[in-house]
Amino acid sequence: MIKETDLNTAIWLLFLGVPLAAWQMGEIYTITLATKICVLALAGVGLNIALGLGGMVSLGHAAFFGIGGYAMGILASHAQSYAPIMETPFLIEGTKSMPVIWVLAIIMSGIAALAIGALSLRTNGAYFIMITLAFGQMIYFFAISWPAYGGEDGLSIYVRNDFPGLNTLVPIQFFALCFAILTAVIFLSSRLEHSRFGMALQATRQNETRTQAVGLTPYKIRLIAFVISGMICGLAGAVSADLNRFVSPTMLSWHTSGEIMIFVILGGTGRLFAPLVGAAIYIMLEHFLGGVSDYWQIFLGLLLLMVVLFAPGGVIGLLTKREAAHD
Amino acid sequence: MTLLKIENLTAFYGASQALFDVNFTINEGEVLALMGRNGMGKTTTISTICRMLKHRDGVLEFAGQDLGKLPSHKAAQLGIGLVPEGRRCFPNLTVEENLIATARPGHWTTKTIGAFFPRLTERRSQMANTLSGGEQQMLAIGRALMTNPRLLILDEATEGLAPVVRQEIWAVIHRLKTETGLAILVVDKTLRELRQVADRAVILEKGSTAWMGSMTDLTTDLTDKYLGV
Repeated sequence: MIKETDLNTAIWLLFLGVPLAAWQMGEIYTITLATKICVLALAGVGLNIALGLGGMVSLGHAAFFGIGGYAMGILASHAQSYAPIMETPFLIEGTKSMPVIWVLAIIMSGIAALAIGALSLRTNGAYFIMITLAFGQMIYFFAISWPAYGGEDGLSIYVRNDFPGLNTLVPIQFFALCFAILTAVIFLSSRLEHSRFGMALQATRQNETRTQAVGLTPYKIRLIAFVISGMICGLAGAVSADLNRFVSPTMLSWHTSGEIMIFVILGGTGRLFAPLVGAAIYIMLEHFLGGVSDYWQIFLGLLLLMVVLFAPGGVIGLLTKREAAHD
Repeated sequence: MTLLKIENLTAFYGASQALFDVNFTINEGEVLALMGRNGMGKTTTISTICRMLKHRDGVLEFAGQDLGKLPSHKAAQLGIGLVPEGRRCFPNLTVEENLIATARPGHWTTKTIGAFFPRLTERRSQMANTLSGGEQQMLAIGRALMTNPRLLILDEATEGLAPVVRQEIWAVIHRLKTETGLAILVVDKTLRELRQVADRAVILEKGSTAWMGSMTDLTTDLTDKYLGV
């Protein structure tokens, strides 16, 4: 049996070591794959706060991921064309600065999460799933019908945005940036989990009535967690858009929400490094099996089925011989 | 000074009436035993006090404040601490996390709880669902104390525990009474221990207060009549 902290350290080192080795060997594609894993894992870390700690089964998190992506796309496209986003009542121009884009992506996705969460968290169970799905789809269809920013075709950004001191077009440098963000967010997620707020959030998931009886307000606690979760997904969306230099309504679709949820479940719901492991498995399957068959997701489905049936703690739970981190 | 005042309280589960006419008061620093056979409305009364069940008519006041319109968490924030029947600790949180999650400022902190329940200190990093029944009960009491209540409600706190462990829990209740002066509403079926710890008793019969008085006035005739013991 491996201790979970040791396993987490090993996973972290592996995800740092493989791209560095690939860089030494000139395997650029491997670095890009690792970057993609980091970005998707970042979205998973966001969802894991809502799903793993708070027990909120949201099928609308792609909305925040997509909003982050569109925040990047809109700002960068205006910076490229030198056309301001708006001129009246005050001038807002585009930008190619990643930090500025990330802050705006976090704010926009946070506002959306606050609005969606405030309404959907008044419900529970299947109703919550359906309401988050409905909000997600509303935003998806809005993006499709928004011709100014590409509509159904999406929006291409020709050059990756800038980060001070880095050449983001160099794959290893962009990977380092994404990996640093992921590490920072995992660290913050760990601090959140072990804070009094995180404990109250987990208590809310385990017994809502009892939580109220000890003077806590589950609605408020869940809403805060939902907003934090949405903001992280928004950041992931912005970074993902920069990785692909492209945003499209697909980022907002419920399929994306499902994929992010799959990362978390494969890795082990509620576990700190679950999204990273889950995203890695997903991308590896897509990479290796996608070349064999267009229907590679059948194998993903089988794997997911096996995890749910035989390893409820996900891959991390299986390796640490522990049941699900949370009920 | 009266801390909790209940007058002519009625409550319903859907269409069926569970409480018809409940009346009693609890004073600061007093231990009140709420008694009655199974199904007479003890837990329903507690659920109503804690606002997990809304009452329909009657007076329900805590520290002079009407509890009628308050949600459950507001009642708890006013100072009503509940140790529920069946313990119901948060199973996938550690002992320490169970305590920290519910903490509010006041005398009771993880340190003072640890001093009161040394066993919880020993088990502080253990998941609540891996504790023994007695330890879970101590944790449930500790968790309620961490909210720094003015009134502690213990619903069947010794139910399902081994006799030795029961005695430990009764000793804890006795210590809470003598060392902290906390007002306690205790529901239990063990009359002998209740006689030792409670100042007064209320007996419920078919959702109404059937008898109320000092513990010393609770005669064998009364217990035979209302409690069937």
